[in-house]
Amino acid sequence: MTPSFIKITILKTMKHEQMYLHPELETMTRPEIERLQLERLQKTIGRCMRSSFYRQRFEESGLKPEDIRSLDDLQKIPFTTKQDLRKHYPFGLSAVPLEDVVRLHSSSGTTGTPTVILHTQHDLDEWANAVARCLYMVGLRKGDIFQNSSGYGMFTGGLGFQYGAERLGMLTVPAAAGNTKRQIKFITDFGTTALHAIPSYAGRLYEVMEEMGIDPRRDTRLRTLIIGAEPHSDEQRRRIEDMLGVKAYNSFGMSEMCGPGVAFECPEQNGLHIWEDYYIVEIVDPETLEPVPEGEVGELVLTTINREAMPLLRYRTRDLTRILPGDCPCGRHHKRLDRMKGRSDDMMILKGVNIFPIQIENILMQFKELGNEYLITLTNLEANDEMTVEVELNDFTDDYGFLQNLTKEITRQLKDEILITPRVKLMPKGSLPKQEGKAVRVKDLRKTLI
Amino acid sequence: MTIHQLSVFVENKSGTLLRVLELLKEANIQLIASTISDTVEYGIYRIICSEPMRAYETLKEAGISANLSDVFAIMLDNRPGCAADAIRSFSNAGIGISYLYSFLLSGKGILVFRTDSPEQTRKVILDKGLNYIEEKHLLEMA
Repeated sequence: MTPSFIKITILKTMKHEQMYLHPELETMTRPEIERLQLERLQKTIGRCMRSSFYRQRFEESGLKPEDIRSLDDLQKIPFTTKQDLRKHYPFGLSAVPLEDVVRLHSSSGTTGTPTVILHTQHDLDEWANAVARCLYMVGLRKGDIFQNSSGYGMFTGGLGFQYGAERLGMLTVPAAAGNTKRQIKFITDFGTTALHAIPSYAGRLYEVMEEMGIDPRRDTRLRTLIIGAEPHSDEQRRRIEDMLGVKAYNSFGMSEMCGPGVAFECPEQNGLHIWEDYYIVEIVDPETLEPVPEGEVGELVLTTINREAMPLLRYRTRDLTRILPGDCPCGRHHKRLDRMKGRSDDMMILKGVNIFPIQIENILMQFKELGNEYLITLTNLEANDEMTVEVELNDFTDDYGFLQNLTKEITRQLKDEILITPRVKLMPKGSLPKQEGKAVRVKDLRKTLI
Repeated sequence: MTIHQLSVFVENKSGTLLRVLELLKEANIQLIASTISDTVEYGIYRIICSEPMRAYETLKEAGISANLSDVFAIMLDNRPGCAADAIRSFSNAGIGISYLYSFLLSGKGILVFRTDSPEQTRKVILDKGLNYIEEKHLLEMA
């Protein structure tokens, strides 16, 4: 490993062009960032007036676009929520004519109406630029071979990284999710140097490599890992780095904000720079919706200021985090987000898939054989996330075959809904804790270690 | 020809079986035979007892998931091959046996079982002259 003082010397002697993909944007001072933000915010609000949703929002709150004269004025604008996106599905938030939209991404929509995010060609270009900037920041260059183990299709981690990596000129392998042995074959055959994977999958890769007798340090060229889409601790990261012999960088994104490329760790591995030429960041108390004092944990609220087709103003992400205080030695003044601390709603993330308890409840309640009480337990034996759903049986029957078929049918329907196969356990009536007041339906027993 | 069987849905957790047995003890109910079939997730505890109705009510009142059902009971002579002969009659008639257990009562072998076709089973028992027992009779033997 390179001693850190040598690394710093190297960084200092590097030209800006070598350290930053977009030096003029990445090294802006705070006043420069804020000037650009205000300019882009006002332009964005102008665009928003072309969307029926925001036009109505502004009218209802008696707000005029010209009322937004400073960044502080942003707080006058009402929040936008996922509920709003659902309610105005599919095109209600569109700020451009539909013929200018070139791409649509949709959430799985499993909690009800899906949400849709629209992109113009400009949006896609800027998205690719943001992802390319992130990848360049952690040292990836043309000549690297980048393998993406994200699901493709509607899942933004697929195409998002694909276009960003290609923009950097890397040979990009759209391996997509699953088939671990094939994934490893690609890594060894193609000489993959950088891989994008969810953290739990990185652990799985290592296990299978071990089984196949492959030593990642000796037998692969892998040296950079991009991990995200799933909460993980720094300790977990260090273990992944040790196992695979790589540097692992945390990536943060969400489909409402394009996908990956929203915030990303720099080589310091201490907080994720959020690109403030794309987003205005606020951290609010999820109960009062007032800004929290600087450096304190609250809900991340984002305003897109570099998007044409579907700008979002003060979007409540439901992710809990804080802004890290102080400057980053990497020379970027874009704020740094701490690791995500959880959610202000009850969303679970399992194997990189977002799941709400209500999805499970909706399925269970369709079975008249089942009672109202259920409990979801999350565990991670051998680095694999597992979900157990315990549910009370209304009327017990002596017919074992019937119980077995019932279990099978519940499992199948849950799998269709949440894309993960849970272990379903039928429970005697009264054996699950009665829920009073705020129901606790989810027990997360996952250890943060891999 | 059929007798009442009490089935209890028991969670795979230490203490659940004891709770059922203690409730029956308090109600002064005598067990005649019992068996547990287990799966990974839960167990079904099947009981033949004195006063099955009252046993069922007792468990219900205590909030325990239980079920009262009818199962066939036949008595066999104590000699090798009796069980095979009895079961062959059902097998030949294409009847499937869901579960079966046996016990000795006053020196007599008793087979308790459920099939996938009660009507046909009844017919086979009568046609073949199998020695079925009624609940009243069983309780007298206990």
